[in-house]
Amino acid sequence: MRLRDFPEEELFLQGSAACQGCPGSAALRVAFKALGKNTILAVIASCTSVLQSPYPASALGLPTLNMAFATGGAVASGMTAAADRLVKNGRFSEKPTILVWAGDGGTYDIGIQALSGAAERNADFIYVCYNNEAYSNTGTQRSGATPYAAWTTNTTRGKGEWRKDVAQIMVAHGIPYVATASLAYPTDMFRKFAKAREIRGTRYIEIQAPCPPGWKFPSSHTIKVARLAVQTGMWMLYEHEGGRTTYTAGTQRIIQGQAKLAPVEEYLRAQGRFRHLFEPERDEKRIAEIQNRIANIFETLQFTHKMKEHIMDIEMAPPR
Amino acid sequence: MEEKMRLVETGNHVAAWGARLARAEVVSAYPITPQTQVIEEISRFIDEGEMDCSYIPVESEHSAMAAMIGAVAMGVRSFSATSSHGLAYMHELLHWASNIRLPMVMVNVNRALGPGWNIWCDHQDSLAARDTGWIQLYCSTHQEILDTIIQAYRVSEDPKVILPVMVCYDAFIMSHTYMQVEIRDQEAVDRFLPPFRSLWKLDLDYPFTHGSVIYPDDYEEVRFSIHQAMENARRVIVEAAEEFREVVGGYHGGLVETYRMEDAECALVAMGAVASECRVTVDFLRERGHRCGLVRVRCYRPFPVDELRGLLERLQAVMVVDRGFSFGMEGALYSEVKAAVYGHGDRPVYDLVTGLGGRDVPYDVIAENMEAALRGELPAESRWPTVRLNEHHELVKRSLEEYWKREGVR
Repeated sequence: MRLRDFPEEELFLQGSAACQGCPGSAALRVAFKALGKNTILAVIASCTSVLQSPYPASALGLPTLNMAFATGGAVASGMTAAADRLVKNGRFSEKPTILVWAGDGGTYDIGIQALSGAAERNADFIYVCYNNEAYSNTGTQRSGATPYAAWTTNTTRGKGEWRKDVAQIMVAHGIPYVATASLAYPTDMFRKFAKAREIRGTRYIEIQAPCPPGWKFPSSHTIKVARLAVQTGMWMLYEHEGGRTTYTAGTQRIIQGQAKLAPVEEYLRAQGRFRHLFEPERDEKRIAEIQNRIANIFETLQFTHKMKEHIMDIEMAPPR
Repeated sequence: MEEKMRLVETGNHVAAWGARLARAEVVSAYPITPQTQVIEEISRFIDEGEMDCSYIPVESEHSAMAAMIGAVAMGVRSFSATSSHGLAYMHELLHWASNIRLPMVMVNVNRALGPGWNIWCDHQDSLAARDTGWIQLYCSTHQEILDTIIQAYRVSEDPKVILPVMVCYDAFIMSHTYMQVEIRDQEAVDRFLPPFRSLWKLDLDYPFTHGSVIYPDDYEEVRFSIHQAMENARRVIVEAAEEFREVVGGYHGGLVETYRMEDAECALVAMGAVASECRVTVDFLRERGHRCGLVRVRCYRPFPVDELRGLLERLQAVMVVDRGFSFGMEGALYSEVKAAVYGHGDRPVYDLVTGLGGRDVPYDVIAENMEAALRGELPAESRWPTVRLNEHHELVKRSLEEYWKREGVR
């Protein structure tokens, strides 16, 4: 799948109330193209509640129910159960894809109970967390997804804790499909949505969503920052199904040695939310902490990759 | 004519029969004492193929209501049941369900809120949900639980209403006691209750966005429309009760039910099972020469203002028996009754707050107080006639005094 092969039909319409350079609306556009018209949407309190435009207008070309903050997994459980009834009674000819669209606040923090409950029941829907690493809708406060050392309005000297990893928590639930995606790799994202559409059960896709006003970078740099996140290892692209994790796109290239892991400083310097790591004086300690953490992860992954290749060679060698 | 099916069942199992006869297709619920048996029985109905329904065993009451909202928004008749802390936990979504105009029926088994941990009956849980835009119906017999659930769907889905309905009955006094109930004929119920219809649903052929950001002018319009729906519900509830009597059989009153009110000089006003206790009080007072009657408030929202005015206008005294309280004010039902009759006659209205957390409500205490009221010896205000200071209270008093002394509080 190349960009020019994306369906032309736009289900995310013009006239949204999004900020310039909004990653949420860009992600909606790709997701809608991949999922198509037979999709029913639940939007959980987030920037998307606003960017879809106020009543009575809407930029969403799919039937949409806006729901309260903590309800993502639960409202979708009800919708998918009802959709099954409607198929059973012949009122629907085909079961629509039920899509939950939530931010990281609604996923990592207040919404994790409902998401975890639904995943444990393996309810049949796609849950998307577009992760702008803060409560951006509310003016950029810390969330469980905010990375270490990042500025928000209530972590003014940088967050003191590392972010939790909900994608891995979802892997631990044993659901059929978990994937991470990036706006800088839209074909990879499209493929993951198209694949998720064909799977039954709970599917979780998390998209890193660099937020220009919240992260303090020019609104024309959204894709650039998203790409730097992958190139520096701050955001990793993978999919997990059948008990196996497969790294994809930019992350795969780094692990396989086709691309070099870029210094994390390039990513940190591109955003105002990490400015205090460089001004008024350079915070060597925290920069090194972040860099070492990434380096450790990638060393392990690169080692495992080499081992696997080695083992494959042995397995595939003809018997003597 | 087929023989009528009669069962001796708990109030909770009867509620499950209500959902079954109403042909609810999605049930989402989380177990909480004393509601648990409702969803256990529904699960059994489904497992044994007696009820064609999907049960979503959610992980919390907040999720139970969210899932129900999702299911009804898709256009499927749904049911849930909860109690006390569960109802409190889903409070946010009670607003959500009524304010986006979704018809649904949920049972609430009235139970006290903690702390201290108390699983017994009072009405504080549902009274605290008074202003969520839900219609609230209170039952006082097992048969009424069954019939009211079926009627509630009819009211909820009426095009003039389209609001969720909460059917309430008392913990343990009704939820776990066995009574004889006539299980209504499914065909008759089907004639009374048409297939599910809704004001709107998530429709692939007509995609639209529901519940998005709304500006002040439009918001006020939406809120007013909910009030209008509540006003319309007054008539619809009465009509549904009457049509139920004709088509299915059985009648428990409209917005109110009365007992010996024809020649009454004084009256008790109560809700739920305590109204049955009040019937005994009425008979007792009549034996002692007082022409007393009972008005049982069956529908708390919308509140039966006109009915109460008509019934209470020419009486000597009205006494409300309250199983819930508005702290810093007075009995919750008392406020409503006074507000309803204000300016219509000048009889005093008295209030007994009793039966909280399952405490026994003795008929003779109510009778004594009514007699005192009739003699003009009682102030017209909320009284707690069954509260007594015991050793424990003395202990609390002593420790408070010691604390004040230590802190230098005078």
